[in-house]
Amino acid sequence: MKLKGTQVLLEVLKEEQVEIIFGYPGGAVLDIYDELYKSDFKHILVRHEQGAVHAADGYARATGKVGVCLVTSGPGATNTVTGIATANMDSIPLVVFTGQVPTGLIGNDAFQECDITGITRPCTKHNFLVRNIEELATTIKEAFHIARSGRPGPVLVDLPKNVMAAQIDYDPAAVRIRNHEALYKPAPKKMANVLEMLTRAQKPLIMTGGGVILGRAAEELTRLARRYRVPVTGTLMGLGSFPGSDPLWLGMLGMHGTYYANMAVSTCDLLLAVGVRFDDRVTGTIDTFAPNAKIVHIDIDPSSINKNVTVDLPIIGDTKAALTDLLRFLEEHHYEPDDAARQNWLAEIDDWREKVPLTYCQNGEVIKPQFVIQTLHKLTGGDALITTEVGQNQMWTAQFFGFDRPNSFITSGGLGTMGFGLPAAIGVKSAFPDRQVVDIAGDGSIQMNIQELATAAQYNIAVKVVLLNNGYLGMVRQWQELFYEKRYSHTDMTYAPDFVKLAEAFGVAGLRATKPGEVADVLRQGLAMDKPVLMDFRVSREECVYPMVHPGESISQMALGTREMIN
Amino acid sequence: MEKKDHIISILVYNKPDVLARIAGTLGGKGYNIDSLCVNTTTQKDISKIVMTTCGSQATVTRIENQLQRLVDVISVEDLTNVESIHREMVLVRLNWTAQNTEAVKNAIDANKWKIVVSGDAFVIIEITGDKTQIDFALARLEPHGIADVTRTGLVALKLED
Ligand SMILES: Cc1cc2nc3c(=O)[nH]c(=O)nc-3n(C[C@H](O)[C@H](O)[C@H](O)COP(=O)(O)OP(=O)(O)OC[C@H]3O[C@@H](n4cnc5c(N)ncnc54)[C@H](O)[C@@H]3O)c2cc1C
Ligand SMILES: Cc1ncc(C[n+]2csc(CCOP(=O)(O)OP(=O)(O)O)c2C)c(N)n1
Ligand SMILES: [Mg+2]
Repeated sequence: MKLKGTQVLLEVLKEEQVEIIFGYPGGAVLDIYDELYKSDFKHILVRHEQGAVHAADGYARATGKVGVCLVTSGPGATNTVTGIATANMDSIPLVVFTGQVPTGLIGNDAFQECDITGITRPCTKHNFLVRNIEELATTIKEAFHIARSGRPGPVLVDLPKNVMAAQIDYDPAAVRIRNHEALYKPAPKKMANVLEMLTRAQKPLIMTGGGVILGRAAEELTRLARRYRVPVTGTLMGLGSFPGSDPLWLGMLGMHGTYYANMAVSTCDLLLAVGVRFDDRVTGTIDTFAPNAKIVHIDIDPSSINKNVTVDLPIIGDTKAALTDLLRFLEEHHYEPDDAARQNWLAEIDDWREKVPLTYCQNGEVIKPQFVIQTLHKLTGGDALITTEVGQNQMWTAQFFGFDRPNSFITSGGLGTMGFGLPAAIGVKSAFPDRQVVDIAGDGSIQMNIQELATAAQYNIAVKVVLLNNGYLGMVRQWQELFYEKRYSHTDMTYAPDFVKLAEAFGVAGLRATKPGEVADVLRQGLAMDKPVLMDFRVSREECVYPMVHPGESISQMALGTREMIN
Repeated sequence: MEKKDHIISILVYNKPDVLARIAGTLGGKGYNIDSLCVNTTTQKDISKIVMTTCGSQATVTRIENQLQRLVDVISVEDLTNVESIHREMVLVRLNWTAQNTEAVKNAIDANKWKIVVSGDAFVIIEITGDKTQIDFALARLEPHGIADVTRTGLVALKLED
């Protein structure tokens, strides 16, 4: 079959079962767009290339499949960098196609030339510049394989214009790719070690992370915790990998984790850390992290092991495979926890839970942001796919939404990219048009990719933006309040557009609530609409996220907030 | 932890930017490369890189793990505690003067160094050896006025697999 490069691209995308491309055209990809025009590929035209990458990223996080984008060379390519770095930090599988000037012009400062493989080398899992049509199909296939295998990540493929215009005899059966997946099989000896540690432990704790969601191991993790009554805490990226409504769930740990989760980590004598990378937001000062615990660490990437926290038993492998092995091993060896010891441990945790619950105070005539989130949870029955922006809005969502299922909380954890939530929600909603998809946003962040409201409007992608509008870059303001004697240097965002009118200008519905009594109604109305909606909640301006571990502190030393929050 | 020199041998697919990836990964994460040698192996699509770096065992393990993550890296091995031989080479150009001729010629003979080019005005000497031997040679020649010098990175080969 004689095909052009552009046709080979679309053929391979079909073979890879790509359902949707998020993209933006330009000179270097005109030929590819012409081919798209003739095909029936679903393509969403975003309004900024950063939006394309976040949308593909949201799609990938919600479905577990590889997200795909297509952009032009030069500025189109450089606009993807923040999106790619965001996906890279959270290990999200993407394939990003960038146009490139013809191979003969590379290096000449040609029009819209830029060394995008050079620029993205440090923030991709891998990248390719396709030098001739012979390597085109193999390279694309390899890109998908690399993106989704092992520890996933974004892969960029740079496509010079002349390569895409060239012709080749394409035979799909002849395409062979290298296998990059290092297969680690956790040794039975390791499982025996875990059994021994579990048997000895009086106060075991599971810490679940992004690797449990990426490895589709939430079911196994939940079974392990419930079968042996081990309490569970999780990182921001692990939320949803264990049901938030289960009594064994302690909430998130770390800087804005719950008091009881952090106390449990600081007191436990065995920590089963599954698919986590011990980020500094999680550990606080390293030498006081889980000081009494033996640590077992399951991770697929050897470079995550002993990187920040030194562990006692590293198990290098896939979370699903390792947990399945562990469950089988414990069953075969008739492990049963010591009932009395477990009872004491759970009671100790409940005391902390009672002393400092996760709470806030909705009184008076000002809307508390936490109240909006709780009401949203109630009205959706918790059954919504939630994205967030970055800052206080994100932390309150992590604290108060209570995620029951994996792949339902979609947030930029590692890079903390403001402007992520709206385009990510568009990606999620494209994958699940029948689900309720909500971006819980801040007024600062939403302005970073607000243009994507036009995308949502054009395709009637009915995402709902719940804007927690505090007129501040709230999270930064909070630090200025706590650590800079309230010198609010450049964090006041009172000068802002009228978000309701702005939404309407984009062809999106706009709603507003200014009093606590209006919150439920506005949410109900917004959620019911079959079109994109922006709901502007005017919330308490100087609310802080509590509890909080101050930077440079141990996570057992939390600032608990106002008196009314402590029992 | 105690820092020491480590010799790391890396097999890679011979891709145009593989060296940039390795240098970028280590540089970007704040690790130093002290010396580097790269060339193809008997398989033309595979290259071997020998790199030396100074650090604690924990740091070097992190370096190995980071390198192992790279898609084009086939294997990484720390040769520091493996039986292996190590060589560097240096080329030294010296200008003859009335004072140094005799002494330099004696040094070359005594140490069995190799003269690559010798003219009326200058000589280029080739010296191969391990790090101590090269350091010794340069110290020996220094007082006689070295005009220019180029030293390779270290290469290493295991005695057995
Ligand atoms: C404003 C702000 C505040 C934050 N505050 C907090 C906080 O208070 N608490 C908190 O927890 N986080 C917080 N974060 C998030 C934090 O920065 C990190 O993103 C997060 O802690 C990392 O989660 P993780 O350890 O689960 O790792 P991830 O980044 O999700 O990494 C996944 C790990 O699992 C491994 N893995 C991947 N796939 C598999 C597989 N199939 N099998 C086995 N292993 C696998 C990977 O190698 C990696 O080590 C905050 C972020 C922001 C922006
Ligand atoms: C692109 C980007 N720039 C700057 C920051 C630093 N930053 C972190 S949180 C934050 C404030 C976010 O404000 P807003 O979106 O209003 O959320 P709030 O904290 O008020 O809920 C800023 C500026 C960032 N995370 N991302
Ligand atoms: Mg704000």
